[in-house]
Amino acid sequence: MAKAPNRKHVLGLYGERVAGNYLQSIGYEILERNWRCSIGEIDLIARDQSRYVFVEVKTRNGKGFGHPFEAITEIKLGRLRRLVGEWCRTRQLSGIDVRIDAVSVLVEHGKVQLEHLKQVF
Amino acid sequence: MLAKTLSISLFGLVGRLIEVETDISSNLPSFVLVGLPDASVNEAAARVRAAATNSKLTIPARRITVNLSPASVPKQGSSYDLAIAVSVLAAAGHFPGASLERVVYFGELGLDGAIKPVLGVLAAVVAAKRLGVPRIVVPLANLQEASVVKGIEVLGYDHLSQVAFELGAAVPIVPMKTQPVSAIIESQPTGCFSEVVGQEEAVFGMKLAAIGGHHLMMTGPPGAGKTMLASRLPGILPELNEEQAIDVGSIHSLAKQSQFQYSTSPPFQAPHHTATLASMVGGGSQQPRPGLISRAHLGVLFLDEAPEFQLAVLESLRQPLESGQITISRASGQATFPAQFQLVMAANPCPCGHSSGSGKNCSCSASSRSRYLSKLSGPLSDRVDIRLQLNPVNASLINRTSNFEAESSEQIREQVVMARVNSSSRLADTPWKLNSQVAGSYLRRELRLSNSVTKHLDAALDRRLVSMRGYDRCLRLAWSMADLAGRTLPNSEDLAVATFYRGVAL
Repeated sequence: MAKAPNRKHVLGLYGERVAGNYLQSIGYEILERNWRCSIGEIDLIARDQSRYVFVEVKTRNGKGFGHPFEAITEIKLGRLRRLVGEWCRTRQLSGIDVRIDAVSVLVEHGKVQLEHLKQVF
Repeated sequence: MLAKTLSISLFGLVGRLIEVETDISSNLPSFVLVGLPDASVNEAAARVRAAATNSKLTIPARRITVNLSPASVPKQGSSYDLAIAVSVLAAAGHFPGASLERVVYFGELGLDGAIKPVLGVLAAVVAAKRLGVPRIVVPLANLQEASVVKGIEVLGYDHLSQVAFELGAAVPIVPMKTQPVSAIIESQPTGCFSEVVGQEEAVFGMKLAAIGGHHLMMTGPPGAGKTMLASRLPGILPELNEEQAIDVGSIHSLAKQSQFQYSTSPPFQAPHHTATLASMVGGGSQQPRPGLISRAHLGVLFLDEAPEFQLAVLESLRQPLESGQITISRASGQATFPAQFQLVMAANPCPCGHSSGSGKNCSCSASSRSRYLSKLSGPLSDRVDIRLQLNPVNASLINRTSNFEAESSEQIREQVVMARVNSSSRLADTPWKLNSQVAGSYLRRELRLSNSVTKHLDAALDRRLVSMRGYDRCLRLAWSMADLAGRTLPNSEDLAVATFYRGVAL
């Protein structure tokens, strides 16, 4: 029982690293990784030119439980929206352009597949 | 990624083209169905996703929006599944979408990708043809039913993978074991008139009824053969032509029956006297379904023990008897079904059934006797042209008929067909097809008979033995008599026979 969540956590961290590298490769500046507050966690916060991009990363080992994107529910998106507000408050930023993106990392048959959806709500 | 195809929405028999358009956008996975779908259409999302996956066709993990347009028309039922699946798969890039835009898809999907039969396929094909669509795809199980319509290409499949493969998708075909339902019935075996013992008067009345499409009423004691005679009437009616058979078939395809049958024999409906109003005229909360009177369109509606029917049910027949159609109004709209049926009613003369003839064995009180048939009096029985009194069969008739060859249904039908040729050539330039439909004013002006022929009937009218409506009905019957005999004009004898069958005492 102790091992399973650990392996899951490692996979999640790996996915977030892959996603971060990808975003840097397309010219985004990574501002924060795994920013936490009392409500929850934002996987990645990046800047695309003047825009602040908040990224939810989902990593899956095979499609047995569906596509990674299918795990991003309305409830999770709602929490992410509240987190964005929380982050802006702590950074005392207002009147900025924000966007929520989703990145899926699918590890299947030793290959890594990455998909990036912009402005998911 | 956008793709479009077509489906048909049916409201009653009226079909409407529905454009099924799919957009796949870069957003989190969801399946949104818009365009006034009801609960049963909304469930298509789950069926389409599972059917595609199980047909080895992947649907992208993106936001899929399906619009059923015109979006203001309420949609219901499972027959949109196939069109939704095809447009989603085209939008997903499994095959080019250009060829889909003039094709109607009509069918329900199972989770395994099977295409399942649905109600109303024949009505949908007829509608698609009228709307100028060159091709329609239906469930294989409904293919035979759909193929009776000429002038439109009809394709039948039983699995989504076959449809996708034909459209150019690289998928393995899943073989199914659907047997196309044999929907075409050559002719239903009904009894023959040669089996009827005696009752020559009644058989002749039946012949007249078949020629002119006259409504008919039989009274007689139990066991006199009322039901036997009525059930043999469809057997002497001419076969329906192709157009009529498709009309009748379309109505039957909408009715919730276990198996659809297409037939050129005129339909015969014999409801039990407990039949409800809704079962008779048709109904349904959302999608109106045709009732028994519409399923008897161009055929026979037989009400055995007619006085036992609920009064409201009997009264509901009056309007369709007059107009030949029934309009069902619901909150979601109005549907009109044709209901040109020939009414045949049978009744006992009294509740115990024995008051005819000497009435010796009758145990009914005078008041219950008079109340019994009065349920049918008034507007309904006034629309009946032929009133037959059946007498009990006695032994001498059985002995006589053993060396007397009665006419068979086949022979009678030939006479009926011949007579109908005469009447239809006379009525060629009029809106009517049968003698029973001809308007009274036309009978009395354009088809006016000489005074010497009508003098007895005129006298009866003057003495109030017959109403104006009854007068016209006698004339219509006389024309059927003349058509049977091959005369161009009814003579006084024809009219005398007509008044006898109408039940007028001269």
